[in-house]
Amino acid sequence: MILVALIAILFVGGLLAWASERINPALPKYLALLTILLDLLLMTQLLQAEPDGAWLALIDVEWLPRFGIGFFLAADGLSTLLLLLTGFLGLMAIGSAWEEIKERSGFFYFNLLWTLAGVLGVFTALDLFLFFFFWEVMLIPMYFIIAIWGHENKNYAAMKFFIFTQVTGMLMLISILVLAYFHYVQFGAFSFDYRDLLNVSTSGRLEFWVMLGFFIGFTTKLPSVPFHSWLPDAHSQAPTAGSVILAGVLLKTGAYGLIRFAVPLFPEASLAFAPVAMALAAFSILYCAKVAFAQTDIKRLIAYTSVSHMGFVTLGVYAWNEQALQGAVMTMLAHGLSAAALFMLAGGLQYRIHTRNMPDMGGFWPRVPRMATVAVFFSIAALGMPGLGNFIGEFLALLGAFKANIPFTVLATCGVIFAAVYSLWVIQKVFHGEFRNEGFEESSLADLNRREMVYFAAMMIGLVWMGMYPQSFLDLSAGSLNNLLAGTQELLALAQE
Amino acid sequence: MLDLIWLLPTFPLLGFLVLVLTAGKLPKPIVALIGAGSVGASFLLAALIAFQFANGGEDHYVREVWTWMAVGDFRSGFSFYLDGLSMVMMLIITGIGFLIHLYATGYMADDPGYSRFFSYMNLFVAAMLMLVLGDNLVLLYLGWEGVGLCSYLLIGFWYTNPENGYAARKAFVVTRVGDTSMAIGLFLLFAQLGTLNIQDMLSAAETEWAVGSGFAIAASLLLLGGAVGKSAQLPLQTWLPDAMAGPTPISALIHAATMVTAGVYLIARTHVLFELAPDVQMLVAWIGLITLLMAGFTALTQSDIKRVLAYSTVSQIGYMFLGLGVGAWSAAIFHLMTHAFFKALLFLASGTVILSLHHEQDIFKMGNLRKKLPVSFLSFLIGSLALTAFPFTSGYFSKDEILLGALALEGVGTWLWLGGVLGAFFTGIYTFRLFFLVFFGESRGHEPDKEVGGWHMNGPLYLLMVGALLAGFLHLPLEAVFNHGEAFEEHHVSALVHGFMIASPLIGIGVSYLFYMSGSLSVAGLMGNPLSRLLHRFWHSGWGMDWLYDRLFVFPFLWLARINRADLIDRCYGVLVELSRAGNELLVRTQTGYLRWYALSVVGGLVLIVSLGVLL
Amino acid sequence: MESIPYEHGLILASILFSLGLIGVLTRRNIVFVLMSLEIMLNASGLAFIVAAARWGHAEGQIMFLMILTLAAAEVAVGLGLIIQMYRRFQTVDINVLSEMKG
Repeated sequence: MILVALIAILFVGGLLAWASERINPALPKYLALLTILLDLLLMTQLLQAEPDGAWLALIDVEWLPRFGIGFFLAADGLSTLLLLLTGFLGLMAIGSAWEEIKERSGFFYFNLLWTLAGVLGVFTALDLFLFFFFWEVMLIPMYFIIAIWGHENKNYAAMKFFIFTQVTGMLMLISILVLAYFHYVQFGAFSFDYRDLLNVSTSGRLEFWVMLGFFIGFTTKLPSVPFHSWLPDAHSQAPTAGSVILAGVLLKTGAYGLIRFAVPLFPEASLAFAPVAMALAAFSILYCAKVAFAQTDIKRLIAYTSVSHMGFVTLGVYAWNEQALQGAVMTMLAHGLSAAALFMLAGGLQYRIHTRNMPDMGGFWPRVPRMATVAVFFSIAALGMPGLGNFIGEFLALLGAFKANIPFTVLATCGVIFAAVYSLWVIQKVFHGEFRNEGFEESSLADLNRREMVYFAAMMIGLVWMGMYPQSFLDLSAGSLNNLLAGTQELLALAQE
Repeated sequence: MLDLIWLLPTFPLLGFLVLVLTAGKLPKPIVALIGAGSVGASFLLAALIAFQFANGGEDHYVREVWTWMAVGDFRSGFSFYLDGLSMVMMLIITGIGFLIHLYATGYMADDPGYSRFFSYMNLFVAAMLMLVLGDNLVLLYLGWEGVGLCSYLLIGFWYTNPENGYAARKAFVVTRVGDTSMAIGLFLLFAQLGTLNIQDMLSAAETEWAVGSGFAIAASLLLLGGAVGKSAQLPLQTWLPDAMAGPTPISALIHAATMVTAGVYLIARTHVLFELAPDVQMLVAWIGLITLLMAGFTALTQSDIKRVLAYSTVSQIGYMFLGLGVGAWSAAIFHLMTHAFFKALLFLASGTVILSLHHEQDIFKMGNLRKKLPVSFLSFLIGSLALTAFPFTSGYFSKDEILLGALALEGVGTWLWLGGVLGAFFTGIYTFRLFFLVFFGESRGHEPDKEVGGWHMNGPLYLLMVGALLAGFLHLPLEAVFNHGEAFEEHHVSALVHGFMIASPLIGIGVSYLFYMSGSLSVAGLMGNPLSRLLHRFWHSGWGMDWLYDRLFVFPFLWLARINRADLIDRCYGVLVELSRAGNELLVRTQTGYLRWYALSVVGGLVLIVSLGVLL
Repeated sequence: MESIPYEHGLILASILFSLGLIGVLTRRNIVFVLMSLEIMLNASGLAFIVAAARWGHAEGQIMFLMILTLAAAEVAVGLGLIIQMYRRFQTVDINVLSEMKG
């Protein structure tokens, strides 16, 4: 029940926020804040829940029994971690939109909350039909957020985002339907239930293509080269809150999909495909790090670094052993915080000086010492400094991946050199050097205010916690990851007989 | 007392946190108190711990504070490992670190970034202590990256000058190349041996790997990659001279006494792996030798006081690598310690000189300063003597041990020894070239008003002078660490060999005297012929390594970045967009809006279909 | 009674149809276009009648009656549109109505 409540609260809260704008334009943000806080409170209940089998919470009712479609939501440790991340970053997104969004604020918070609701649904739905439904739910409000509150080139970016995710989402839908049909062929009835579909025997040529449908659907969202090119546009045009949700949460749905569906449903095809996926991941890491370095638009740069970091997730998932998977999950969490924070910094800068163009900036450190310190913190987090969360993720992912595939892991490891190159370059361009202010007033450059300090401090504490005592996160996801591992190993063993 | 070992890095870490969170709002005396005091507290504690440990009779002591991460069969804790080696390192770091902090309270007194400076310094000390006290390689890596970060922040401390920023980034990126190699080494070790706890890993390696096995070679090579990056050895030595852009106490602490010797520590710590891969160990020796010679030549041609010292640091670490390579583990660590004393002394003294001359660093604009700057003069005299291994100074004992260790090696040992002796000769020349140019001769430009100082700047100098003179008589408790078959025992070498080793730096000093004091030989005369001018330029640029790396790595990378700014893959989707747009335009053409055209196309279609029906 | 060979009837129908088609394609005056359309409709009607006579079936005649009513309706609507068009554009040139081009 708790899962339904989590999602329903967001849906209802969104509608209320929209409606409340007529009463007072300042009301929606308070309502949205309240909604998220309520959700977070409920999520902490989830942490104390007694596990029912593998699941901490579960609801399974019939929906369209004729086609084997059910309303099946469930959360295990992995989902719970991602739910918490979503809630936390939702809070951050509202914080970053607090002053930035002034027009049509009701509709904005409606879209924000509905996107989050979609994300929560994606992280908990275990009926593939329902999963696809939520997949679409999180997409469309996001399209509006970019298209309405975005910057100068918003329509192009929103359309690109929509087409990329929609087209590849269709591929995934086809794969889902074919999978349900496989179930029909093998067991005499349609089913979209995850537990049933795990038992569908999937080996052969056609299955490979079905797996590829999932893979493309998820890696577009992740994103990974060569399906990444919507991300830089979407990020640079989206309002700050949109970037936070995109980078922090939406990208993680792709990674989650790979872990939960793409590999466990098709263990054999995935095993055969793993070298290709890992090569793609390594290429993605290096290529996007290089492209990131060349950018002058600060948000585009951060967007490319996101793609680069997500490569470690792909690498970890397709290595498919415990260290690598834990590394992938930790990377998802840590990158969620660090990338969101970097986008918030970039957004804060743009809000102040109305430009994202780095050549116009320089030497900001003495003017904005707090912002500079925060920026240095998150930059070094992003470049994988030990003691912060990103390191744990990348280290574990690479440690595990090394057992699976040495050459691509070595290549991927070289990515951290480039991470240092671009991260330090940003610091140099924006905060170090002589003071430059082209096209904006010096007085508009104000340091972080108290509200901003609060949410940056929260994220910094989060990253240090992940970096110094990751065990509290690792323990939570260990159970579910081990279940997934054991499941695929069983299937692989069966297939070999 | 021993179980308080976790407090060692905690004190400076707390200092860092307080200084960062107060964001420069504290008055300077309090900042100084926190900054230097936290390291001082660590030093006191370290001394107590060392005393108790030395009297305890135990080989080592382990204390786990908490589990860092445990995933499947991988486990790594926040745990500290104390043995003779880490004890020596911990005392050097906190002790010399404290002196340098104390000095910096005076040196940086007028800097607006006072608090920021000490926060970085404290963070550095904390990270460095983690590095040497960590009982597993991941924790060591934490310290390893942490010191790299602090080095970056401190080299770029005066950030308004883009050149400093460039030097800082260069230092970080070049060392990161090494770090990456080390990280891969960690993955390999874990994949093969199943643990990253240093002691467990070493004993597992000893039992599972044969001498000269491929894994041992690969693992030790990868770790060596990390070590050469951090310790500025060939081929990753290019960052250190540029790193002199930071404030001088930084150069003393990070780029002379502690951080750059981390590579030496790493190899000494994992010496079992290197013993399993004798070829790699020999490579270490050769890297050390070649680096020490190359850096020696380069030091001869530099005109910036700090760059001369930087190249001499590279060269001295080369000696340590030579020692490691020939299996004289204790000698290398011994040299590490004496070097920490005399090089910190030299750097701090150069700091006093620079500050007294209002930030002048060119030695050709100094001269005849011995009367004006007596403390610096004395410091430089003692430091230079120790650096050139003048008999019975600290450097003499340690360098002696390394060279004897090289000589004890069969076969190539003699060559290594000869190279080392030659290096000592050059050390004599460049060290006293600097010394004579700065403190003797004519004054060339700058006349200092008075020597900057005060007890917190001069006190550390005097203490370091004592150390530089007498540290050679210390005995390091390293037998338990390197007990398996140390190559170097008491060798009886002929008096001639000893004479050689004592004489070569003295001859170097003599040559230097002839050039720069008596004027019997003149540099201008040497520079007369074009070949030597070319050679001078070549050495001055550090053997053209920067030039080479720029062309090999930096320019291609920049070029690739520039041509692909717009992301080629995105352009491919652009092609897709253009195609569909072109298709659209093509089809739009058919919609002319003329009724006749539509009717005609209907007829045409009909005719086509009918005729197809008839024909087929 | 000696009947006319049905081929003749069909040939006549197709000639009429072609004439109508050429009229539709070439005339610019919309009234003539409408008239040409009528000719085409009647040509097809003729073809139906001839065919009906040939096979002695009633369906052809029925179809013709339908075409007749259809033509009547079409003329009514068409003329209405033409008048509207004339009112708005002050012309009966069909090429004026090309606003729907892509």
